[in-house]
Amino acid sequence: MKTRKAVNHVVFVLLCILIVLFLTPIFFIILNSFKGKLFISDNPFALPTAETFAGLSNYINGVEKTNFFAAFGWSLFITVFSVIAIILLTSMTAYYITRVKSKFTSLIYYMFAFSMIVPFQMVMFTMSKLANTLHLNNPWGMVILYVGFGSGLSVFMFSGFVKSIPIEIEEAAMIDGCTPLQTYFGVVMPILKPTAITVAILNAMWIWNDYLLPYLVIGVSTNYKTIPVVVQYLVGSYGAKDMGAMMALLVLAIIPIVIFYLACQKYIIEGVVAGAVKG
Amino acid sequence: MQKTLKKYFVVFTVPTLIAFCLAFVVPFVMGLYLSFCKFTTVTNAEFVGLKNYFRAFEEPDFLNATWFTVRFAVIAIISINVLSFVMALLLTRKIKGTNLFRTVFFMPNLIGGIILGYIWQSMINAILVNYGTTLVANAKFGYIGLIVLMNWQMIGYMMIIYIAGLQNVPTDLIEAAHIDGATARQTLFRVKIPMVMPSISICLFLTLSNCFKLFDQNLALTAGAPSKKTAMMALDIYNTFYGRSGFEGVGQAKAVMFFIVVATIALTQLRFTRSKEVEQ
Repeated sequence: MKTRKAVNHVVFVLLCILIVLFLTPIFFIILNSFKGKLFISDNPFALPTAETFAGLSNYINGVEKTNFFAAFGWSLFITVFSVIAIILLTSMTAYYITRVKSKFTSLIYYMFAFSMIVPFQMVMFTMSKLANTLHLNNPWGMVILYVGFGSGLSVFMFSGFVKSIPIEIEEAAMIDGCTPLQTYFGVVMPILKPTAITVAILNAMWIWNDYLLPYLVIGVSTNYKTIPVVVQYLVGSYGAKDMGAMMALLVLAIIPIVIFYLACQKYIIEGVVAGAVKG
Repeated sequence: MQKTLKKYFVVFTVPTLIAFCLAFVVPFVMGLYLSFCKFTTVTNAEFVGLKNYFRAFEEPDFLNATWFTVRFAVIAIISINVLSFVMALLLTRKIKGTNLFRTVFFMPNLIGGIILGYIWQSMINAILVNYGTTLVANAKFGYIGLIVLMNWQMIGYMMIIYIAGLQNVPTDLIEAAHIDGATARQTLFRVKIPMVMPSISICLFLTLSNCFKLFDQNLALTAGAPSKKTAMMALDIYNTFYGRSGFEGVGQAKAVMFFIVVATIALTQLRFTRSKEVEQ
């Protein structure tokens, strides 16, 4: 037992070193976001000094150049409404195709499962052309597309869970005179809540961070740019790079995620594990 | 009950199906067809048979991107899984602060690929500037940088899954091994690893598909520089579609091949590791 304790001390020190290594990139951008843009390349790992300290000017610069708060708003809008729509619509679909057994419903099920292994590049070009033809190049259009792209995994996960619900409960509700919609919203949906949280977290994570879909469909010339799109726009193609504004923008882009993570940590970690085990 | 529910087909499934068809089914079928066509927009397609596929194979950039993807994926998958498994073992020893460690190690996974790519790009450049060079000067830097970045992002995610797997190993099994005189090493290889095979197969699947399909991180870190030497398959396909007019058909043919490669590898791997799982 004594050796175990000693080993644990060594492990603890090792983990502390690892944690510092893990946080280095984050500290690096925070540190440099407060330095004047001309000083960043001089000594990137030094703390800001009186001479190099730039206050909030990088932040103001970055926010103005990209209209960051508007991007934040559109990111939030698209993510929230997409996740709500995905939860509501895909759980209903999953319920229907699990409870109504026919060749057609199992075909639908396999199509959803199949869509999970198809890389985005396969449909990228044709999908963005189709979306433009149908005028889906706006935030509500994005919500529709995200329901489409998110439905594979979501229907798959909800179906797995609906199978485990005893059908007797629903039958009892129907005998008592509930319509299928009342049964679904009154009886089934409350039982689905844990899976709904998992599905919501998995979808929110990728929609919030998604770059290619909003870039291709909405593009950079509208006001509906999301956070990943403005970051790429400022940093990737802005001609002469403003390192200061870039650092500040990266910090700003991380803040909402960190807050969300610290607030819902338990659900996120549980959701990710549950999602991995079922997927 | 089925009969009553059946009448509600439209309410329950049609909204999802419309979105699914718009985003996936129609573009997929069109994409499959267009890979055999010459076109610049979707409406002026002209059937050319397998020509696009032959042209894709004649491109050194595409072959190079494929080879780069394989070299990257193999090293990244091995390093991510080994490191995250070791860290999961360390974090199931009931050390103080376990929760804090877990929280921090998982965090990078939530940051988007574009943002991660630029964080690492600026940090690697800050290191390389001391040696008078930059990230895009040598394809080796981009290669190593991408592997380090993916490790940083995915280790925490895989670690969480391994921790859940390790916590599900029944303690009486480990105690029994201990009483029978098994060493720590024997317990690890004969008891713990066989018992967490389901977690291993999930983690391999996730790392495999994420590494092969990688795009955002690749675009942000090097965008393929120098001279497309660090472009992966997804980025090469993107460049073919949007960087060169007249090559849309070739891009679509590449995308179809990419899809077949990703699907085949993922399904083979799942079948292989599933067969190694022990019944609990």
